Amino acid sequence: MLSTTAPPPVAVPDIGPDTGPVTGPALPAPRGPLSLVVLDTLRGSTRTPSAAGLTSAAIEQADPYGEDLQLALYCCYELHYRGFAGVSDGLEWDPGLLGLRRDLEQVFLAALRAEVRGGTDVATEIDTLLVEVVDASGVSHHLRRTGQLWQLREYIAYRSLYHLKEADPHAWVIPRLTGPAKVALVTIEYDEYGSGSVGRMHAQLFADMMTEFGLCAEYGAYLDTAPAALLAEINFMSLCGLHRWLRGALIGQLVVAELTSSPSSDRLVQAMRRLGCGPAAIEFYAEHIEADAVHEQLVRHGIIAPLLAAEPALAGDVVFGIQASTLLADRFSDLLLRRWAEEQPT
Amino acid sequence: MPTEPVRRQVTVTDEGPVLVHGPIEIVLADGRKVISDRAVTALCTCRRSRRYPFCDTSHRRRVRNSVAHGSAHDRDSEECTRC
Ligand code: FES
Ligand SMILES: [Fe+2]
Ligand SMILES: [Fe+2]
Repeated sequence: MLSTTAPPPVAVPDIGPDTGPVTGPALPAPRGPLSLVVLDTLRGSTRTPSAAGLTSAAIEQADPYGEDLQLALYCCYELHYRGFAGVSDGLEWDPGLLGLRRDLEQVFLAALRAEVRGGTDVATEIDTLLVEVVDASGVSHHLRRTGQLWQLREYIAYRSLYHLKEADPHAWVIPRLTGPAKVALVTIEYDEYGSGSVGRMHAQLFADMMTEFGLCAEYGAYLDTAPAALLAEINFMSLCGLHRWLRGALIGQLVVAELTSSPSSDRLVQAMRRLGCGPAAIEFYAEHIEADAVHEQLVRHGIIAPLLAAEPALAGDVVFGIQASTLLADRFSDLLLRRWAEEQPT
Repeated sequence: MPTEPVRRQVTVTDEGPVLVHGPIEIVLADGRKVISDRAVTALCTCRRSRRYPFCDTSHRRRVRNSVAHGSAHDRDSEECTRC
C-alpha cells in the first residue's frame, strides 16, 4: 500500500567541484575596483559585489573600454576556458560572479552599440572588407614597412592571449547552428585545430613561433602586460560565443577575422623576412595566408549565405559583429602605433 | 547492386579561387607536384597569387588610401593593380 505521508527531506549533496587546476595561469594584478572584486572572489572571498562596496552606479559609470572593466570581464570569461591556478572550478557558474559579469557585459555592449553605424546590409559590409587598401595604416602595414623586431615581439606577446586559444570562442557557436552553416563552421574549426595533427594546430604553431622569438609560450603568460584594447577584442569573442542570442554577432566577428587575416598575415610574413626571421618563426603567419584564403570562402558561401537564408533576422547582429570587431581591432592597432611612435622598448 | 560513385566536390567561386574538397595532389605545368591535406583547398585561378597554385587573396580589388575612409560606395575609383 502506498504511503500518503511525504517522504523525508533528502539532503542535497554539494556536487560542485571545490578545487581548481593546480597548474594554469596565475591570477593577474587588479586594475581597479571592478577587477579587484572579481579577483577577490576568485581567491575565495564570498562577499557579494555590493558587500564589497561595488554599487550599480559605479558599474554603470565605468569606462566600457577601460583597463579595469576589461580585465574584470576577461577574468570572468577565462573560467569558461582554462581557469586559473588554484581557483575553484565551481566558480565558473557562481551566481554572484555571473550577475556581476552580466552587468559588465551590459556596459560593454551598450558602448559598442552606441558607437557602430548598425544596419542590416551584410553584403555591403563584406564587400568593404574585401577591398584591399594598399597604403593603409595599421599594425601589419607598419611592421611590413618599417617595423622593428621589438615591436613585432610585443605584438606577438599580446596576441598570444587569443592565439593560444585560437578558434575556441567559435567552438561555442557550433551547437547553435544547423545544416550547411554548421558543416562549414566545423570545416573551418577542423583546420584551425590542425586537421587531426597536434603539431599543425594553429595555437601550437603560435606557441612554436613564440619560442622562436624567445617569448614565453605558456597559456596566459602575458595577461598582466596586455592592454585593455587587446582584452576587449578577446572579450567580445567570449561574450558573443557564450550567449546564444549573440550568435549572429560572433559569426560577424568571424567574418572580419577570416576576411582580413590572409593579407595581414602576408604582410607579417614580409616583415619577418625583412627582419631576418627563420622559417619556424614565419610558419604561423605563412599558414594563415593560405588557410584563411580558404576560410574566407567557407565563411561567406558556407556560413553567411545559408545562415541568413534560414534566419534572415540575424542580419543586424551579423552587421553588429562585423562593425564592433572592426572597431575594437582598430582601437588596439591605433594604441600600438601611438605607443610605438612615442616609446622606446621597455 | 549499382551504387552512386562518391564524387569529389569542386566549387567555382565567382570572383576568386576554385575550391576542391579533400586532400589533393596538384601537378603543375612544369611537372612539379604540390600536395594539400586541407579539408578544402582554394586553387588560384587569377594567376596573381604569390603562393600559386594556392589562392592568397591577391585576386581582390585594390585601392589607395585616399578613398578608403569613406563608405564602400566611395571606393569605386582609383583602382591600382599590383603594388
Ligand atoms: S584566385 Fe585568389 S589569388 Fe588568385
Ligand atoms: Fe587560424
Ligand atoms: Fe582561419
